[in-house]
Amino acid sequence: MKTSLGTIRSGLGTDTSSLIALLIVVVLGFSIASPQFMTAANLGSMGFQMPLLGLLTLAMLAPIISGGFNLAVTYTANMSGLTLAWVLLQFGGKDAGVGALVLGCLAAIAVGMLAGAIIGFVVAYVGAHPILVSLAMMIFLRGLGEFLTRGGDISGVPDYMRVLGHETLIGIPVPLLLFGAVAIVWHILLRRTQHGFSVTMTGSNQMAAEYSGLHTKRTLVLLYTLSGLLCAIAGILMLARFNSVRVGHGEALLLVTVLACFLGGVDPFGGYGRVVPVVVSLVILQILSSGLNLIGANQHMATAVWGLFLIAVMVLRSEQVKMVLGFFKKS
Amino acid sequence: MTDANTERFALRLKGISKTFGGLQALDDVDFEVRAGEVHCLAGENGSGKSTLIKIITGVYQPQKAELFELFGEAVRSISPTGARNRGVSVIWQDLALFSHMSVRENICFDDMVGLTPKGVHYGEMDRKARAVLERLGVPLELDIPLEALSIARRQIVAIARALMNDARLIFMDEPTASLSRSETDHLLDIVRKLSADGVAVVFVSHRLAEVLEIASRVTVLRDGRLVGVYDCADMTQVRLGELMTGQLIENKVVARDRVDAPKVMEVRGLSRAGEFENVSFDLHAGEVLGLIGLIGAGRTELAHVLMGMRAPTAGDMRVEGRPFRPSSIRDAIRQGLAYVSEDRLSLGLLQKQPIEDNTVISVLHKLLTRLPLLSMRKRDALVRSWVDKLGVKIGRPSDLISTLSGGNQQKIVLAKWLATEPKLLILDSPTVGVDIGARAGIFRIVRSLADSGLAILLISDEATEVMFNSDRILHMAEGQIVAEYDPRKMTVPELEERVYA
Amino acid sequence: MHNLLNNRKTEIRLGIVLLAMIVGLSLGSDSFFTLNNLTSLLNNNAINLIWAVGLLVVLIAGGIDISFAVASSVVQYLAVQVLRQIGGGDWVTGIVVCGVIGIALGLVNMFFIYRFRIVSIVVTIATYNAYFGLLMFFSKGRNIYNLPDWLTDRVVMFEYEAADGTWSELTLAVGAMVVCVVATWLLIQRTNLGRQLYAFGDNPEGARRAGVNVAAMQALAFGWMGLMAGIAGLMQANIVKEVVPNALIGREMDVLAAIVLGGARLGGGKGTVLGCVLGVMFVAVTQNGLNLLGVSPFAFKMIIGGAILVAISTSNIDFADLFRRRQEAAK
Repeated sequence: MKTSLGTIRSGLGTDTSSLIALLIVVVLGFSIASPQFMTAANLGSMGFQMPLLGLLTLAMLAPIISGGFNLAVTYTANMSGLTLAWVLLQFGGKDAGVGALVLGCLAAIAVGMLAGAIIGFVVAYVGAHPILVSLAMMIFLRGLGEFLTRGGDISGVPDYMRVLGHETLIGIPVPLLLFGAVAIVWHILLRRTQHGFSVTMTGSNQMAAEYSGLHTKRTLVLLYTLSGLLCAIAGILMLARFNSVRVGHGEALLLVTVLACFLGGVDPFGGYGRVVPVVVSLVILQILSSGLNLIGANQHMATAVWGLFLIAVMVLRSEQVKMVLGFFKKS
Repeated sequence: MTDANTERFALRLKGISKTFGGLQALDDVDFEVRAGEVHCLAGENGSGKSTLIKIITGVYQPQKAELFELFGEAVRSISPTGARNRGVSVIWQDLALFSHMSVRENICFDDMVGLTPKGVHYGEMDRKARAVLERLGVPLELDIPLEALSIARRQIVAIARALMNDARLIFMDEPTASLSRSETDHLLDIVRKLSADGVAVVFVSHRLAEVLEIASRVTVLRDGRLVGVYDCADMTQVRLGELMTGQLIENKVVARDRVDAPKVMEVRGLSRAGEFENVSFDLHAGEVLGLIGLIGAGRTELAHVLMGMRAPTAGDMRVEGRPFRPSSIRDAIRQGLAYVSEDRLSLGLLQKQPIEDNTVISVLHKLLTRLPLLSMRKRDALVRSWVDKLGVKIGRPSDLISTLSGGNQQKIVLAKWLATEPKLLILDSPTVGVDIGARAGIFRIVRSLADSGLAILLISDEATEVMFNSDRILHMAEGQIVAEYDPRKMTVPELEERVYA
Repeated sequence: MHNLLNNRKTEIRLGIVLLAMIVGLSLGSDSFFTLNNLTSLLNNNAINLIWAVGLLVVLIAGGIDISFAVASSVVQYLAVQVLRQIGGGDWVTGIVVCGVIGIALGLVNMFFIYRFRIVSIVVTIATYNAYFGLLMFFSKGRNIYNLPDWLTDRVVMFEYEAADGTWSELTLAVGAMVVCVVATWLLIQRTNLGRQLYAFGDNPEGARRAGVNVAAMQALAFGWMGLMAGIAGLMQANIVKEVVPNALIGREMDVLAAIVLGGARLGGGKGTVLGCVLGVMFVAVTQNGLNLLGVSPFAFKMIIGGAILVAISTSNIDFADLFRRRQEAAK
C-alpha cells in the first residue's frame, strides 16, 4: 500500500499532493460559503471559462521548462484567431462552409506555428534572451494585428462553430474536452518523448545537454513552434466562444499563464515542470475566480487573490518555512 | 631553529573542534603557520580543510578552541570583515570576483563595501591598483572588464585584491586547478615574492607536485583529524598521497603491446588553424593511449575536433577503416565515439537533474517503445545495470546528481557514455576534482574497459596519471605531437622533465 | 580609448543607429529637427524614462520587476486619498507622499524576494496581479477627476514661441525625468552603494563573501524602483490631469524591451544609464519618425516590434569578428 502510494506520489510530482490538498480546501470553502457553488450551472460555466487560460498556460509551460519564456502567447492566439476569422470572412462569414472552417483552422495553426518558430529560431541560433525575443514578437504581433484590423474587430462566424465554444458533449463542455485532450497529449509529450526529455535537459544546462549529444537548438525551435501551435488552438477556441476577434482579446491572461506555471511548481530558471500540477493550479485559479464571483466579489478581486495566493504558496514552499514545518513533522 | 623571524607566527590554532548536526567535521586539530612561510594544507575532499579555513576567516565559529592566535594576538571571535581587517584573506577557487566589472574595481572592491554612502574616485582607484600590481610585477590593463582576462590573470587580480587589504596571511584554495604549467610557474613566482615580503601563504591543493615544489611545510588532514605536519624537503608525492588517503598507493606501469590489434581510429595530418597542426596517430582496440600535454597545448581542441564539435582545417580521420568526418557531436556518437569532458560540473553532467536522467541522456533511442514513447521500465533497468556494473554508490536513482561525490559523479559520466556502446572513449582530464582514493577506482574501470576491447584516448597533464595507466604515451606541445614514449622504458621524473620543461 | 569602445559596444552601436535615424529623419522630413518636435519627443517619453532608470537599477542588481507600472497607478490612487485627508497639500508633500508609497510598494517586493528567497519574476508577477486587482476593486475602475489644483496646474519648465507661431515647451515631467536620470547615474556610477549593486548582480555569492549587505542591496534596488514608480505616477497625473486606474498597465513590457535593447543584462551586473536612455529614445524616435513620414499609426507598433526583433537578432553578431573571420577564410 505504502509503495503504491509512493509511486503515485512520484508520478504526480512532489508539489501535486500539496496542491490537491489546497484544491480540496478551496472547494470546501466555497461550497460552504455559497450554495450555488456546487451546482451544475456553476461547474459548467467554469468548464467553459478555464480551457482558454489553460491552453495558453500549457503554451507557456514548455518554454519555461526550457529556461525561457514565451511572452507572445496571447498575441499569437490573437493572430491565429484573426487568420481564421479572415478566412471565414472570405467565404461568406456566417455562411461559410465546413471546408472554409478547416482551411481557416489550418491557416490559423500555420500562423501560430510560424510565430513560434521564429521565436525559437532566434532564441536557438542567435542566442538572444527568450524574454526579449518573445517580447519583441509580442509587440510585433500586436502591431500587426492593429495594422490589419485598424483596431476594430472581425465578427461573423458560422453557427456550427457554437459547438466548439458553447455546447456540451455527454454533459461536459466541449472546450473542456478539448483542453483535457491537449493536456494529456502535452503531458505525454513532455514526460515520455525524446523531445520532452530534451526540453527539460536543455532548460537545465544547454551546453551540457549539447555535449551529451542532444540537439538542443532543434529542440528549442520545435518547442516554441509547438507552443505556437497551442496558441493557435487557443485562438480558434477564442473565436468560437466570443463569435468575434479583436486585437488585445485575452491580453490580461498573459501574466496569469506565468502565474499558473509558477503555482504549479515550475522552476523559473528552467529544468523542471510538470503538466499535472499546472492543471491543478489552473483549476484552483478558476475556482477562486468563480467562487469569489458567487460571493459577490468581481473579477478584479479574483485577480488580486490570484496574486496573493501565488505569494502565499511560494512562501509556504520556501526553504525557511519548510525547515519550520519539518521540525513539527519530526516531533 | 632559533631564528627570531621563523619563530614568529602568523597563525596558531590548538584543539579546534567543529561539528555539523552530529557530524564531526574537525576533531581537535592544531594548525600553525609561520610569518612569511609558504605552507600547504593537504587532504582529500571532506577531510576538513575548508571547514578549517572558514573557522579562521570567521565564516564558522568553532565549538571548541584551546588557542586561536593571529599574528601573536589572541582571537576571541572573528567575523569575515574582522578577519579581513586583521590581515587574513582567502582566495577561493571560484575567485569570487565580478566578471562584468573593471579590473580596477575588482582589485579595489573591498574599499567600496559598506552601507555608508561614499563617492567613488576612479583616479584614486587606478593609482592604488597600479601600485599593488607593480608590487606583484604584473602590469594589467585596468579599465577592461574582468571577463576579458584569462583565468590566470584573474587569479592575479584576486591576489592583488587581497594585498589591497594589507593581507599578511593569504589562503589560496586550489589556485592552480585551471592554470597551464607556465601560468602556474608564474603564480608560484609571485607566491615566492609575497613570502619574501613577509606574507604567509597557505596553499590548499590537490596537485601534489607543485605543493612539494613551493611549500616549506605541509599539514595533512584526514577525516577531520590532524595526521601530522611535515617538512616538504623530506616528502615525496607518493608518501603524501598515502598520508592523505590512509592507504598505500600502488603505482605500477601496466603497459602492454596492443599494436597488433585492429585499428579503431587512424588520424593523419589533422590540423585546425591556430589550435593544432599535423597530428597523426593510430589507436588500436583495447589500447589506452595517453596524450600528455600542458593546458594550451591543443589537447582539448583536438578532442573537440574528433567529437565533431569543430571542423578540422586539414587532415583525415578514419574509424575502423572508414572515412570519418563528424558533422556534430551526435554524428560522432553515432559512429562510436564518446567524450568525457574535462569540465564535469558544467559540461559533463546536468547538476539540476536526477542520477537516472543523467545516465540515459545519450541513449534515449534505446528506451523507446514501439509507440515511440520513452519506457520508464527500460530506463530503470538500464540505470540499475550500469550502477551495478561500475559500482557507483548512490541512494536512489531519482536523487539529484549533485548529491554524489566527485568520484561517483565521474562514474555516472562513464556510465552515460558506455551506454552508447562506444568503440572509442576519449577521457579528458578524468580525475579533476576526484579524490586520490577514488581515482584508483576510476582507472580500474578504465583498465577493464580496455581489456574488453575498447580503445581509449586518455588526455591529461599529470605525468603519473598517464604513466601508470597508458599503453603508449603521446606528448603534445604547442599544437603538435612532439614525441611518443613507452611507459615501460621511462620513469615519472623523466616524463615530467620532458613535458614540464 | 580602444577599451572604452569595447566596453560600451551595445551603447555605441545603438548610438550610431539612433544618430543615423536622426540624421535621416532630419533630411527626410522638415518637421523632425524642430524645437517643437524635439520637445514633444521629450514630453511624451519622460514617464517611460523615469521608469526605465528605476528598472535599470533592478536589472543591474540581478532582479526583474513586472509590477512597476501598476505600482505607479496604485501610488496615484493612494496619494490622492492621502492628499485629500491632509487637505490638498502641495508639490513638496505630493512628492514625499508619492515617494514614500512607491518605496513601500517596492519594499513589499523586496521583502518576499529576500526573506523567502523567491525569484523576483515570480514575486513581481504576483504583486502585479495583487496590486492591479486590489486597485481596480477598490477604485471600482472609476477615474478620479477632482485632483488638488496644484497637481493639475500645468507647470512649464521652458517655453518658446517661434516666429511662425509654433509653440514649444518642456513640462515638469521632463524636469523630473532629468533629475531621476542624473540621480540614477550618480547612484550607480559614482557611489560605493551603486558599485556594490553591480557586484551583487554580477556574482551574488562573491559579493556576500566580500561583506556586501545583501538585504540592503535588494532594498536599495527595489526601493529605488519604487521611488521612480512613485515619481512617474505623480508626473503622469500632472500630465493627464486625472487618475485613470488602468491607464498605465501594459506599458511595463515596452519599457523592459527598450532597456534590454540598451545593453542591460537580464541576469544582472551589466547595464548603463546611457544605454537605457538610448534604448528608450530608439523606440521613441522610430515611432516619431514613422509618424512624420506619414506612415499609418496602426503600423507603428508592428514596425517597432519588427525593429526590436531585427536589433536583437543582429545584436549578438560581432561585425568586427565577422570581418576578421572572412579575412582569415580568404587567406
